[in-house]
Amino acid sequence: MPLVALLLTTSTLLGTAHAGSLAQFDFSGPVTQEHFKQVLGKLRCLVCQNETLLDSQAELAQDLRREVYDLMASGKSDQEVIDFLTARYGDFVLYDPPVKPSTYLLWYGPFALFVVGVVALLVTVRRRRQGPEPQLSPEEQARARRLLDEADEGDNRT
Amino acid sequence: MLRYLLPLGIFAVLAGFLAIGLRLDPKEVPSPLIGKPAPEFSLPLLHAPERRLSTKDLKGKVSVLNVWATWCVSCRAEHEVLQALAQSGEVTLYGLDYKDDREKALQWLRVLGNPYEAVAFDEAGRAAIDWGVYGTPETFVIDRQGIIRHKFIGPLTAEKVNEVLLPLVRKLKAES
Repeated sequence: MPLVALLLTTSTLLGTAHAGSLAQFDFSGPVTQEHFKQVLGKLRCLVCQNETLLDSQAELAQDLRREVYDLMASGKSDQEVIDFLTARYGDFVLYDPPVKPSTYLLWYGPFALFVVGVVALLVTVRRRRQGPEPQLSPEEQARARRLLDEADEGDNRT
Repeated sequence: MLRYLLPLGIFAVLAGFLAIGLRLDPKEVPSPLIGKPAPEFSLPLLHAPERRLSTKDLKGKVSVLNVWATWCVSCRAEHEVLQALAQSGEVTLYGLDYKDDREKALQWLRVLGNPYEAVAFDEAGRAAIDWGVYGTPETFVIDRQGIIRHKFIGPLTAEKVNEVLLPLVRKLKAES
C-alpha cells in the first residue's frame, strides 16, 4: 500500500510538473504558448540529453526556457534564438543538426549505404544470370536421353 | 575468398565504430567557445559584493576559470586538485560560483581552503549561460588575449592537471 501511494504521488507530481513549468510565463503578450512550445521542442536539454527544453525539468532547462522566452518577447526571430543557443552550446542543442562537413556522414551515410546495397544486389543478380550454362557429362547426357525416351514411350502408350 | 573476407571486413569496420562509440562520453559536449574571446561578463565578487570581476580582468595573463558550486558533489572532490594547482603558482585561478548561496559558499572556502585569486558570484546563473556552462564543475583555460583555449568538463584530476592543463598553460605563457 505505501508503494502504491508513493507511485501515485510521484506520478501526480510528474503530471503537474510539466504544466507548472510553463505557468510562470505570460502568453498574453507577443509570445504565444504554441510558438514558445514549438521553439523549445526543437532544442535539446544539455543535462537530460534525451529531452527537449520543453520537457526537461533540469534546473538549467528552466533557466534556458526563461532565456528563450525573454529573447522571443524582445522580438527575436526563431533563428536568432537558435543562434543564441548554438553560439554557447554548439550544434548539440539542435534536434535537427545542420548539414555541414562534420555531419555529412550522418545525413548522407544512410543514402550511401543504400546505393552500395543496390549496386551489390545488381552485381550479384547479373553474375548469376550470366553464369555458364551447366555442362552435362557424357554419362549424364546418356541418362537424360534415356529418361526422355521413356517419357516419349509413355506418351505413345496412352 | 572474397565471400569470407567481405563480411569479416564489414564486421571489423562496425566493431571499430562501436569501439570508438564506447569510449566517447556523451556528457562531454564540445564547446563552440574554444578559440573565441571569453564572453563579456561583470559579476560581484563572492567575498566583496561591492567589487566586481569582469572579462577585462582575464586579459594580460594566462588564467584558469573554474565554475563550481557548494551543491555540486564532484566540485568537492575536485577542490584538493584546485588547491594544489593554486599552490603551484603557475597560473592565476579564478572561480565562478554558480547558482549558489553566498553564506554556504563562503563557509565552504573557509573550511576547505580558498584556491582562487577571486571568485565571481553568479547567483542567477546568467553569466554561466553565456559561457556555455551546463553542469559543474567546468574549467576554462584563457590565454593572455582573453581567448578561451580549452575547456574541461567534469572534475579536474591530478592527471588532467599535470598532463593537459599545466603543459597548455606553459605553452600559452611562452606565446608572446
